[in-house]
Amino acid sequence: MEITPSENNSVMDEALRSELSKQGVFTTSLQELYNWGRKNSLWPLQFGLACCAIEMIAASMARFDISRFGAEVFRPSPRQADLMIVAGTVTKKMAPQVVRLYNQMPEPKYVIAMGACAISGGPFKQGYNVLKGIDRFLPVDVHIPGCPPRPEALLDALMALQKKIEQQSLTGVTRPRHLTEDARSEFPIPEFGEHDLVPSKNPELWFPPTPMKKP
Amino acid sequence: MQSLEQIKVRIEQAVPGACVVIVANDALPTQSSLLLDHRHAVDVARFLRDDPELCFDYASNVTGVDRPESIIKEKVRVKKMVDGAECLIEEVSERKTRAYLEAVYHLYSMKLKHGPLIIRLQTENREEKTHLPSLTPVWRSCEFQEREAFDLFGILFDGHPDLRRILMWDGFKDFPMRKDYVDPDDYEYEPTPHDEVLERAKQHYKPEVQS
Amino acid sequence: MIAPREEFKSWQSGVAGNGSGNGSGNGSSYGAVRSSEAKLVKKTDDSLGGDLLEVAMGPHHPSTHGVFRMDVVLDGETVVKLKPVFGYLHRNHEKIGETNSYLAAIPYTDRLDYICSMTNNWAYVHTVEKLTGLQPPERAEYIRVIVAELTRLVNHTCLIGFLVQDMGALGTPLMYAFRERENIIDLFESLSGSRMMFNYMRFGGLRCDLPPGWIEQAKRVVANYSRFLDDYEALLSGNEILLARSQGVGVLKKDLAISAGVTGPMLRASGVNYDLRKVDQYGIYNRFQFRIPLGEHGDVFDRYMIRVLEMREAVKILDQALAQIPEGPINDPKAKLRGLRPKPGEVYGRIESPKGELGFYLITDGSPNPYRFRIRPPSLINLTILEDMCLGQSVADAVIILGSVDIVLGEVDR
Repeated sequence: MEITPSENNSVMDEALRSELSKQGVFTTSLQELYNWGRKNSLWPLQFGLACCAIEMIAASMARFDISRFGAEVFRPSPRQADLMIVAGTVTKKMAPQVVRLYNQMPEPKYVIAMGACAISGGPFKQGYNVLKGIDRFLPVDVHIPGCPPRPEALLDALMALQKKIEQQSLTGVTRPRHLTEDARSEFPIPEFGEHDLVPSKNPELWFPPTPMKKP
Repeated sequence: MQSLEQIKVRIEQAVPGACVVIVANDALPTQSSLLLDHRHAVDVARFLRDDPELCFDYASNVTGVDRPESIIKEKVRVKKMVDGAECLIEEVSERKTRAYLEAVYHLYSMKLKHGPLIIRLQTENREEKTHLPSLTPVWRSCEFQEREAFDLFGILFDGHPDLRRILMWDGFKDFPMRKDYVDPDDYEYEPTPHDEVLERAKQHYKPEVQS
Repeated sequence: MIAPREEFKSWQSGVAGNGSGNGSGNGSSYGAVRSSEAKLVKKTDDSLGGDLLEVAMGPHHPSTHGVFRMDVVLDGETVVKLKPVFGYLHRNHEKIGETNSYLAAIPYTDRLDYICSMTNNWAYVHTVEKLTGLQPPERAEYIRVIVAELTRLVNHTCLIGFLVQDMGALGTPLMYAFRERENIIDLFESLSGSRMMFNYMRFGGLRCDLPPGWIEQAKRVVANYSRFLDDYEALLSGNEILLARSQGVGVLKKDLAISAGVTGPMLRASGVNYDLRKVDQYGIYNRFQFRIPLGEHGDVFDRYMIRVLEMREAVKILDQALAQIPEGPINDPKAKLRGLRPKPGEVYGRIESPKGELGFYLITDGSPNPYRFRIRPPSLINLTILEDMCLGQSVADAVIILGSVDIVLGEVDR
């Protein structure tokens, strides 16, 4: 994950701010307030695909308690969700539906690829019906390795995402995708072909890794 | 449970004209199977289900098997006259096996609590004559499993009430569980211990690998 | 006021029913009953001239326990047609199993029914042991029974949590279920190093022995479990909403259940006494005293109740096994893990997983990997009669009926 500090993050003198807060006066910027609100109320889409979904449920239960981070409101409808946790193997039969769900989510929206399968196909990479990573069709913000990742790992990914949101600036060249005017919030949905998905990847999003050269 | 030979005799008595062959299983002789012919398969199945002594009321497992043509090399010792003396000479004989698809049914009895009785059906070949009689009218549990065998192996079950693809999508053209299925080339180059995958990935990215 | 059924009350106190039941049906009358013959559809008032409504429930739907899809045709609220659509989690276990060695297939079995990894392991190693003639030592057999029954507790507890969540009890029972699950998962984690994918069993034995203090901790967990079940039942079994929503809903008749190959708690809820722990007596199940609870009505409530009672029996088995477990080796000295090449032939092995009969069918050809690797999934075959159970019910009941079948999509689609 790439976190770029933006130039207008520190518009106020830190010393002054700290001095004021000691006297009970809290100052903030609109951007900070906006990001603070967004990052502490991420509503995930209630969307389990496979094994990782059980750990996602476990993370929302009493022991791990994802609500400490303001992300316990699992929404059944994509129209009400900010965060898609792709929890499990995405098969080729399921991939169009995953993209469609993402397209139906309102901006700003984020994607966590949870587990080896969502990242790359994982143990099922050789399978004929397994999509080799959801990042072929969707932009992924945080990847969590593991098979399945522990609930702590999901919480860590959530915190990483919160850091990312915190550092997003509202203006300037580093502003997030959804704030640009020609923002594209929808991605083409692949179709079922005779042998494979058509297209098998989104060429605008996914670039195959450069092959490693043997030393 | 009666022995396989007894069951074979009883089937042949009950269903006139039925041709039943015992297929030996070297690994586990108690799980040898009966090969049925197409014309009488449904009648035989009905007999196996309804006969009070057999009462195989539960078809547990139904699956397809792909048997492509293969060449079996066998070493045979042949007595031959060499220079007037008789001696044993090893000869390698080659024979081609028939190519066919197979449906295997594992039957149990819930009432009498015995089993398994394994019955098999074989198609004529793998290309166009892939029809088999469906046993779904006899055991309802075959419904989804026969659909699966159709989806993954391409076995056409005549008499099945709803023979559609079950796991893959409807427009899919291949039968992925067949041995000669080539899956779509969508691997990238990755340092992986799977030699086969590595080879395929190299093929996929030939220009880059060479540059 | 709807009352809970008397027969279960007496069953629990041990007055009536010894679990042997008359599970046998009339052998000659099992017909393959087709749903088109079943005339269950209620006629609604035609004068309104309403159209039928087609709804695709799933693959993303909060009630379908994963990526399952039901194409439902509704007449008002009544289901008149229901076609399940599978394959959204078809991960090609069987094809991958053909390319892997026998040993390398064990971690894949973990991911079949990902709530019950231990029993999946057992089903597979049981099949290979049948093929190769390996015999696990005494201690390994006991550990297998212990982990399998703990798995049964996890599965049934979580299932009931999900089921009552479908009925509208958002949160509380499921949260209790997951609280108890964590205790058992902790045991498994200290045993195998993973929370879900245990990869614990091996041909002719186990991967590693129990860590020190494990038995004591397991005894504590099991001792607390009966109390938890009392709480759980006090919360649910007499609850009027649960009774109203589940009694008489989704009735499955005995003959149809047998013909459709339904297994596990669903079959026994319809009154058929068929549990592989008693029928096949695999492992060392013949050494333990336990009963097989049987239902009478075959509705959702019976399926719920059978699972509760099975958990109580599992606790009994665990008590006995944890008290009797001997010291000793945990692996068959003849066992060969790497480069296992069984001689050509085929084998079908099956065990009673918490969801039903989980079987593996292997065809070997003398090479290091199986020629055919087939998994007989109880979840998929239990869904055969989903349409028959849902016809004529309301769409809200269809959700509960699906929940009572107890499916895990990893196993349905494989």
